[in-house]
Amino acid sequence: MLEIKNLHARVADEGTEILKGVDLTVKDGEVAAIMGPNGSGKSTLSYILAGRDDYEVTEGDILYNGESILEMDPAERAASGVFLAFQYPLEIPGVATMTFLKTAMNAQRKARGEAELMTPDFMRRVKAAAAELKIDAEMLKRPLNVGFSGGEKKRAEILQMALLEPKLCVMDETDSGLDIDALKIVAGGVNALRGPERSFLVITHYQRLLDYIVPDTVHVLYKGKIIKSGTKDLALQLENEGYSQIIGEAA
Amino acid sequence: MSVTELRPRTPAETALVQLAESASTDEDARRAAIEALRREGLPHRRVEAWHYTDLRNLMGRRLGGDHLIEAVAAREFPQNETMLSPLVPGSTVVDLDAPERASAPDGVTIAATEDLADWHESPNHLDRPVDTVRLVNAAFGARAATIAVADMAEVAAPIELRSGIGLQSHAAVKVAVGHGAKAVFVERVEGGGSPAPSSLVSHLAIGDGAEVLWVVDQAKDFDAAHLGQLNVSVGANATFKLFVLNAGGALVRQEVHAVTAGEGSQIIMRGVNLLQKDQHVDVTTTLRHIHPGTTATETFRNVLMGGHGVFQGMIKVAREAQKTDAKMACNTLLLSEDGDFSAKPELEIFADDVQCGHGATAGEINGDHLFYLMSRGIPEPQAKALLVKAFVDEMVEELEIGEVLGEALTAKIDAWLDTNH
Repeated sequence: MLEIKNLHARVADEGTEILKGVDLTVKDGEVAAIMGPNGSGKSTLSYILAGRDDYEVTEGDILYNGESILEMDPAERAASGVFLAFQYPLEIPGVATMTFLKTAMNAQRKARGEAELMTPDFMRRVKAAAAELKIDAEMLKRPLNVGFSGGEKKRAEILQMALLEPKLCVMDETDSGLDIDALKIVAGGVNALRGPERSFLVITHYQRLLDYIVPDTVHVLYKGKIIKSGTKDLALQLENEGYSQIIGEAA
Repeated sequence: MSVTELRPRTPAETALVQLAESASTDEDARRAAIEALRREGLPHRRVEAWHYTDLRNLMGRRLGGDHLIEAVAAREFPQNETMLSPLVPGSTVVDLDAPERASAPDGVTIAATEDLADWHESPNHLDRPVDTVRLVNAAFGARAATIAVADMAEVAAPIELRSGIGLQSHAAVKVAVGHGAKAVFVERVEGGGSPAPSSLVSHLAIGDGAEVLWVVDQAKDFDAAHLGQLNVSVGANATFKLFVLNAGGALVRQEVHAVTAGEGSQIIMRGVNLLQKDQHVDVTTTLRHIHPGTTATETFRNVLMGGHGVFQGMIKVAREAQKTDAKMACNTLLLSEDGDFSAKPELEIFADDVQCGHGATAGEINGDHLFYLMSRGIPEPQAKALLVKAFVDEMVEELEIGEVLGEALTAKIDAWLDTNH
């Protein structure tokens, strides 16, 4: 599904290097967790996967289903199946949530050469997915994410993910700002989407999320490199010992 | 020897005066206006109120050639005779050149007058001895039509005001809305023009407790010049809502001058200026709070694909106007390096217990918003269009004017966005 090879990247404006040779492979159907202390480059990695042009890749490559995506813009990547669930989903005043959802779904279908969704079909899909995530109709009538609580925003991200049916889901600190009930709903939404042809890259600070979204592999990102990989037990070890032990071993 | 201070007239000023004379039936009132125009000339950049719209210079580019008078006299400029359908179906359409022909709905009186539009007084708060927009309006012979809405009348359908389409269109209207009445007015400013400007001067007096929505829908052809002015007094506990849409014209100045006429009056002004290459569009507003406990919010949003935009907003709060709450904002999206926008918000406050604020922003499309939409698979041009539309549609939404009128305005905005990108 995803192969990140010796990826180096820096902030485009000022040149600060954030990623310093990331190597990571995620197989079809795999749920890979990326953990790491603040400033290790986790969010940067998620933005670079989604194609944000604030960052510049200086070395290495990102292969998605065997092909480099570095030259693709964010919309092209999304249409090919890459989805980023934002740590801080943006409020966009004036853009109606439903208009946005329909525009996005149909833009992706068009890019893939599929027929556009008719309104009744679209409405049916949104209603079904929203019900799963306990998102009420009033929320969908508002402008995109405007006035949503932190938990509502995260649920709205998962709603978008469910509707867009991506192949590679990158989730940037989806647990931040969630209380335990919201976390369970969000994790339930993610788990419902797990399947042999869909992979997840779950970025998190805390092991807590991984109790609900149980990963196949866990990778520790530190100072722009993966310094240790393991099974879900690695997350438990991190929770008990903190990062310093592993950082010490890697040094 | 008596010396009249006369600076030399520019060719444009001379041409404008000659045009006014050539359109003339000889009458004293109008001659006085023409003389004043000859004496005052056109304002230029050293006149504070016209600093960003140097009318003398800008008209000079339009009224240059010697053949102009003959051409206008010979009506070489095409007249746009297309019948417009009203902005909102079912509106009462009033042709300001022949107002007596309109079929007035219940509670409304519409009449023509022989009165030349008043230009002597200058209560427009721009601190000018003679008001240019009114002077041009009167010099070209605008007659003030009158419209009266009876006390407590609720006029359901909008009253759409049209000035003559095309050449030499100069109209004026005096509207009085009675106490507790409700009415909607649409100023429809469309059509082509000659190199000389068209003009429309409106006076609106809103009675106590009345609710009025006034829409200025300006979509002149891209070669036309237009000078518009709306003067409003807002009665006690009355609500005045204004929407200004500028979506056309080569050279446009739209002024709005509002003053409170009683305690508790509420003013809500929203506007959208859409500019393309080679256009110069100026919106100049003054809000005068002279009674206690009045509120005003004013927001203009501008989208520039090119051209020059101007916003001048003045809020004046008199000493006795305590508890005034007035906010003004002007936000501009510059979508092309060829466009520029000048914003001049001003506050003049003499009361000590008020809340007033203003803000002006100018910039490109928010990169974070664009990335978010694109990350969902929406291609860049489509994502940008969505964000631009959201930016201006909010102005219509915030006015809360109901679905029919709201959709009619949004459709006009969308039509412009679809054809200009």
